[in-house]
Amino acid sequence: MAELEVIPENPVEQFLRMERIPHIWCAGCGIGTSVNCFARALIESKVDLDKVAIVSGIGCTGRVAGYLKLDSFHTTHGRAIPFATGLKLANPKLKVIVYSGDGDLFAIGGNHFIHAARRNLDLVIICVNNLIYAMTGGQVAPTTPISALSSTTPYGCYEPPFNLPQLAEAAGATYVARWTTFHVRQLARSMKEALNKEGFSFIEIISPCPTLYQRRNRMGDGLDAMKFYKQRSKIRNGAPTSEVAFDINSDIIVGKFVDRTRPTLLGTMHHQLRERLGEKYACVEEVACH
Amino acid sequence: MAKGSVSIIVERCKGCGFCVEFCPTKVLALSSAFNSKGYHPPYVVAPEKCSGCDLCGMYCPDFAIYGWKIPSNGKPGEDSEDEE
Amino acid sequence: MTADPKGVLTGIHFLDGDFACAEGCLAAGARFAAGYPITPSTEVVERFAQRIPLVGGTFIQMEDELAASIAIQGAVWAGAKAFTVTSGPGFSLMMEHIGYAAMTETPCVFVNVQRGGPSTGLPTLPAQADMMQARWGSHGDYEIIALSPSSPQECFDLTIRAFNLSEQYRTPVLLMMDECVGHMTEKVVIPPAEEIEIYPRRLTNKPPEAFQPYETDGDLVPEMVHAGMGYRFHITGLTHDERGYPAMSPVAQDKLIRRITAKIRNAAERISMREEEGIDGAEVVVVSYGITARVAQRSIELARRKGVRVGKLRLLTVWPFPDWRVREIAKQVKAFVVPELNMGQIAREVERASCGAARTVPVPHAGGTVHRPEQILEAILEAAK
Repeated sequence: MAELEVIPENPVEQFLRMERIPHIWCAGCGIGTSVNCFARALIESKVDLDKVAIVSGIGCTGRVAGYLKLDSFHTTHGRAIPFATGLKLANPKLKVIVYSGDGDLFAIGGNHFIHAARRNLDLVIICVNNLIYAMTGGQVAPTTPISALSSTTPYGCYEPPFNLPQLAEAAGATYVARWTTFHVRQLARSMKEALNKEGFSFIEIISPCPTLYQRRNRMGDGLDAMKFYKQRSKIRNGAPTSEVAFDINSDIIVGKFVDRTRPTLLGTMHHQLRERLGEKYACVEEVACH
Repeated sequence: MAKGSVSIIVERCKGCGFCVEFCPTKVLALSSAFNSKGYHPPYVVAPEKCSGCDLCGMYCPDFAIYGWKIPSNGKPGEDSEDEE
Repeated sequence: MTADPKGVLTGIHFLDGDFACAEGCLAAGARFAAGYPITPSTEVVERFAQRIPLVGGTFIQMEDELAASIAIQGAVWAGAKAFTVTSGPGFSLMMEHIGYAAMTETPCVFVNVQRGGPSTGLPTLPAQADMMQARWGSHGDYEIIALSPSSPQECFDLTIRAFNLSEQYRTPVLLMMDECVGHMTEKVVIPPAEEIEIYPRRLTNKPPEAFQPYETDGDLVPEMVHAGMGYRFHITGLTHDERGYPAMSPVAQDKLIRRITAKIRNAAERISMREEEGIDGAEVVVVSYGITARVAQRSIELARRKGVRVGKLRLLTVWPFPDWRVREIAKQVKAFVVPELNMGQIAREVERASCGAARTVPVPHAGGTVHRPEQILEAILEAAK
């Protein structure tokens, strides 16, 4: 009986707005799984939780901000990254994480993604990629595989999808990884690394959408998707991102693909202004200036 | 003597089966009973096999289950990484 | 409180309206701006980009106006006072985020240096054709505050007022300039910092456990907190309750929308700024704003020389519209004459507010230049008949 008295709390609960649980995500959806990994990463990265800000756009993954008991912002569709840009620049002490979906970040928000990566602003971008617009009922996304059925491609998708890791690397991201929701420990580790890394980090999480992707494409439920990921994933850390395009008919290449250093936006800004203005430069962040 | 244990919050469960499928030591099974939302939650079939690895906790999309290590005589449990 | 002297360029200057607006932002305490180049507004952020590293703050040129108009709101929630600047096409792109600011009650300032439209229109030439868009441009129901300066001096003064109103009512405030005022160079007097009144942000004193982001104690404006202060709060553009949590119900919608509209409507008389002259005993009153008010001044003088009793009602605050004042005046005059650089936008408001008690004579103009004083004079003479 003594054991009962020491039952610890579920480690994710300290990060959740428990009065809002149960959440709205479907049975077998992978977003909650990714949140578990994020909770573990927050613990292990030892970041100051009062300085963490979560920014989401719109969509199923866009609801993550609303469940996390941190400073959290549910913004407009596609604009989580520019909102995060304002947050970070106005208070560089914040650790700013953008947590959103593939449609939000790469269709309506695609322009902001490449520009934030180009600037190398110190942000962590977590993209739950369920290959579809789920919240609105299963429409084709810029990540939907060729020939997959969606409510707006009833005869199969005929647009090639983005290779997100390659896009991120080409645009300038300093950290790029992809995991599926099956790879919980690796994903948590990547999230921790991204939280502790300076610069623009990007993590893609391939995740089941049992209701609007698996079912319409006769791929079973969430558990079937997880078994599929287990069976078809190949871990290739350091793989060239040009070789990791997601293709439902071949292996899913997962791993940490990019981990490099580039000067961050705040760093280059302070450097340039200090060089041109000297002592006249009223640096708002003294530490970064020297 | 089990090295770990799991807690299940039956009413939060949506019966996805992730925890049962991916438990490395096969501690869990889905119950034939329903929770009040009509889902089949997991239950512990082999408590002695639990290592407390908390993989179930990391997988559970509904925050309805988690595992922990049982300290043996005040000593913290072995931190074994039971990776799939 | 009074202005932070670091941002105040006290003295007598010779500035155009765009530069005066930038100085107004700095004097008001804005330490963050995001923009995207667009004629004829770009000089505002060009000046800000030059000055802000010397004052302490950040300018970022974003990839588009959608980004600029939400980046400033991120900066506000991180603790800065922030603004963006644009013109017609960019203003259209910013509409969704004006709604986001209204819904989340994010104090910030949007400057629109108006040019001819629709679409790309007349990039380098003036218009006042975005006045209704300013009022109604974002979807859903909300109230807005919009100010309209007629001179570079007013670009400075009203920019400070815009920031103050945005903080007082926690609402986006629009500064509706036009190309003429933006590019007109005149004397601008910037007073000493201690003479500039600043409305401070309404930060809460409550501890995190007692604080709810949208709880109001009696007055209709909730207190704020910033990211990083340890409150672990939530903000959403969804309909929300006092906790800031999504609340998908007609009851929550009713409560929220009534409050965010009432906080402006109830204060409309306090917010409204007008210049009135010669209204008592007038037969005709000219209602105007922005650059057109300066042309109308000449027309009023010409009409008076011809013996017509003409009054002037100049709107420095266009939204909320001073219904109550127009209704009062309507009972005493034959007609209103409403010249504006559009095909009749504020004229409709005048007609609505006068409730049929006086005639409204619009003097529409498609933009590209200003009215000739004779055009407005003709309308005054016709209205006085």
